[in-house]
Amino acid sequence: MHRTEQEQAELIKEISGVNTKKCMKCGKCSASCPAYEEMDIRPHQFVSYVQNADVKALLESKSIWKCLSCFACVERCPRDVKPAKLIEAVRLMVIRERGGNYLTPGEVPELLDEELPQQLLASAFRKYSK
Amino acid sequence: MQRIGVFVCHCGTNIAATVDVARVVEAAAKEPGVVHAEDYQYMCSEAGQLKIREAIKEKNLTGIVVCSCSPRMHENTFRQAAERAGINPYMVEIANIREHCSWIHKDIEEATEKAVILARAAIAKVTLNAPLQAGTSRVVKRALVIGGGIAGIQTALDIADAGYEVDIVEKTPSIGGRMSQLDKTFPTLDCSACILTPKMVEAAAHDKITIYTYSEVEKVSGFVGDFQVDIRKKARSVDMSKCTGCGVCQEKCPSKKTPNEFNRGLNNRSAIYTPFAQAIPNVPVIDRESCIKFKTGKCGVCAKVCQAGAIDYEQKDEIVTQNYGAIVVATGFDTIKLDKFDEYSYSTSPDVITSLELERIMNAAGPTKGHLERMSDHKAPKSMVFIQCVGSRCADKRGKSYCSKICCMYTAKHAMLIRDKYPDVEVTVFYIDVRTPGKNFDEFYRRAVEEYGVNYIKGQVGKVAEKGDKLLVQGVDLIDNKRILMETDMVVLATAIEPNPDVRKIATMLTASIDTNNFLTESHAKLRPVESPTAGIFLSGVCQGPKDIPETVAQAGAAAVKVVGLLAKDHLVTNPCVAKSDELLCNGCSSCEKVCPYGAISYEEREVNDHGIRETRRVANVNSALCQGCGACTVACPSGAMDLQGFSNRQILAEVDAICK
Repeated sequence: MHRTEQEQAELIKEISGVNTKKCMKCGKCSASCPAYEEMDIRPHQFVSYVQNADVKALLESKSIWKCLSCFACVERCPRDVKPAKLIEAVRLMVIRERGGNYLTPGEVPELLDEELPQQLLASAFRKYSK
Repeated sequence: MQRIGVFVCHCGTNIAATVDVARVVEAAAKEPGVVHAEDYQYMCSEAGQLKIREAIKEKNLTGIVVCSCSPRMHENTFRQAAERAGINPYMVEIANIREHCSWIHKDIEEATEKAVILARAAIAKVTLNAPLQAGTSRVVKRALVIGGGIAGIQTALDIADAGYEVDIVEKTPSIGGRMSQLDKTFPTLDCSACILTPKMVEAAAHDKITIYTYSEVEKVSGFVGDFQVDIRKKARSVDMSKCTGCGVCQEKCPSKKTPNEFNRGLNNRSAIYTPFAQAIPNVPVIDRESCIKFKTGKCGVCAKVCQAGAIDYEQKDEIVTQNYGAIVVATGFDTIKLDKFDEYSYSTSPDVITSLELERIMNAAGPTKGHLERMSDHKAPKSMVFIQCVGSRCADKRGKSYCSKICCMYTAKHAMLIRDKYPDVEVTVFYIDVRTPGKNFDEFYRRAVEEYGVNYIKGQVGKVAEKGDKLLVQGVDLIDNKRILMETDMVVLATAIEPNPDVRKIATMLTASIDTNNFLTESHAKLRPVESPTAGIFLSGVCQGPKDIPETVAQAGAAAVKVVGLLAKDHLVTNPCVAKSDELLCNGCSSCEKVCPYGAISYEEREVNDHGIRETRRVANVNSALCQGCGACTVACPSGAMDLQGFSNRQILAEVDAICK
C-alpha cells in the first residue's frame, strides 16, 4: 500500500506514541546520544523531520541502524518527547516494507564480537526481529 | 408576589454572536413574576444601568435578573444600580450567560437554549430572595508581613511610611533573604549587599516596624480587617537586650562542623552563629541541634566568654499573639534539589555547583573570600561551563514546568563578571533559548557575548562526567549540528527555583490558594496581581511567581498600597450572605461547628419558645463577622436548621427545579 509522506509521518507518530509538538528544540537528546557521531540525521532532527513529514529522508537514513536503543534520550528529554521511540518506529516501517525480519536468531552467534558490548547485540536483535 | 425585571446583555458580540438574546427576552417574559424584560448592547454601561433604574421606578420592580457576564465582573455594578433606584441590592441576581454559556458554546441553538435555562433559574431564585442588610466589621490598623527578604522588607517599609504599624516575621536569624546571599545584581552590576543593607537598616530603625526574626507564624484565625495571629519566637538562647554583637562567642565556639546554610553548605559554621556580617539583628542564635552544651550538657564556652552575660541556655520559645488588619505573604524561594539530575554529576563532583553557590564563591564574605576557585582542590579554574534551564521548562516529573525567569540574566552576569575579573578563564554557556525581556536586559546579555567574549552555544548539555581532575561536558552545537566534547574545570548549573517549601503550611493557615507548583494564586492574573482570592491576604515577591529584584520591589510596593488602602478604612462592609440557624429546628448536635473552617459557629444554652413551650436548649450560634458564607454547615446540618442567607436551600432547589423543568 502506498502512503504519502504525510500519512507515513502520522503512522510513525501513531506507532511511537510520540507527540512531536512537545519538543522545545533544546537538543538534549542529541547531546546525550552515544551514537551521535555515527548518525547522518541526529536524534533531535528526527523529531522535526517527523513533524515536517520529511519521512523519505528518515527511511533512507543510516541513523536508524546506528541507534543503540539505549534510551538515554528518552531518559533525559525534559519535555518527555521520547526520540528513541520515533527512531524505532521508522525502523519498524522499513522492516515491514521489506516484508521480513532483518535478523534471525541463527545469525546472532556469527555476529558476536569481543569488542562489541552485549547490550548492543541484545538490542539489535530486539529491534531487527520485530 | 415579586415584580421581576429581566435584562439581557449582548456584551457586544461576546454574548449576542452565540446567543439569540431576543429569544432569551421572549422566554424570560413568560416566566411567572416577570413584568418587564428587555435586552441591551452593554448592560454595564451608564445607559444600560439607567435602563435598570428607570424600569424599577416605572414598573415598581422588586427583583432584578441580569443575564450577562460572571457575577465576579459586574454583580456589584448592578447591585449599586438597583440600590440607587431604591431597592435592596441583594434583590439582584446574575445569570451568567457569557463565561458559562456563549464563550463555551459554538452552536447558537444550544447556547440560546442554555441561556434561557440559566435565566429561568435566576428568575426562580430571585422570586425567593429577601432583602439583606450588610453589617460592618472593624479594621485593625496593623499589618503582618511573612518573610523578611527584599519583598517583605520593601512591603513593610512602604506600609510603615504610610503611617501604619507593620510586623515582619522572618524564619531565619536575620532579615535579608536570598538577596543578601547574592554578590552582584543584574543589569547594573551593583553590589547586592550595598543596595540591600540600607533597606534592612531602615526597616530595623523604623518606629512603625517591628521585626521578629527566628520566628514563625504558628496559627491564624479571624478574617479580613481582624486577623488574630500567633507568632512563635523560637528560643535564640541569647538575650537580645544584652548582646552587643561582639562576635567573641562565635569565635570561641568549639562546635564548628555544621554546614553553613548562608553559604549553601560550601563551608561550616559554629553552633552559635549570625548568618552574615550585616545581619539584622546582629545577635547570634544557638543552633541547639549542633551545640555541645545542648547535646551533652558540657561546654558552656560561649557563656563564659560573653562579657555581656547574654547567653541564656534556659530561654524558651515564646508565643506572641497579635491582631492584624492585613497579611502579606513574602516567603520567597529556594533552588530545587538536584538529586534527580544525576547526568550533571552535581552530587558526585564538588566542582559542579549551582548558580547560587557560585554567588557565594564570588562574594568577598563567602567561603573562598571572593576568590574564584574549585571546591575540590581550591585551584583557580581555566575553563568554566554554564548550563541553563536545569530543572526549568520540564514536562517530566524531574523538574518544573515553568521558566524560572532569572537564570538567563544571572548566568550572563556570572559569565561577564568572570571574564572581567579573570580574562584567562574560558567561559561557555549552553542555552536552549536566551530570554531577556526587561529594561536593558538584552543589551546586557549582548555585552557578555560581544565585549566579554562569552561563548554561547545553543543546545542543552546531555551529560557531565568526571574525568581525572577535570569535568567532561558532552553536548551538541545545534547551529553547527556538531558534537561537543569539552573538558572543563567547573560546571555551573542554572538551577530552577521553586517557592519556599514552607509556603504550603502558611497558605493552609491563611486559607490562601496555591497552584500546582506551590506558587500562591493571585485574585486575577492581570487586574489583581498582588491580592490573594482570600480577602485581606496580599502577595509580594517570588511566592506568587518567578521574578527578579526590580519586579519584586515593584510588586512589594503594589502589595503595600493595597494593604494601606485596606487599613485606611474605618470599617469594612461585611457580606450579609452568611449562615443562620433556626433555633427551633436545631438539635444541638455540633455537626456544623465541626465542619466550619472559620470557627464561626459556637453553641450556647438559650431559652426558646417552641410553639408556646418555653425551654432552655443547646443551639448553634453563628458569628456573622467570622462567617464567610461557604455553606459547609448547611450541608452538614442533619435537621435543616442551618441555612445560608441569599443562598437558602429553598432558593437553590428552586434553581434546580427551574433548570430541570
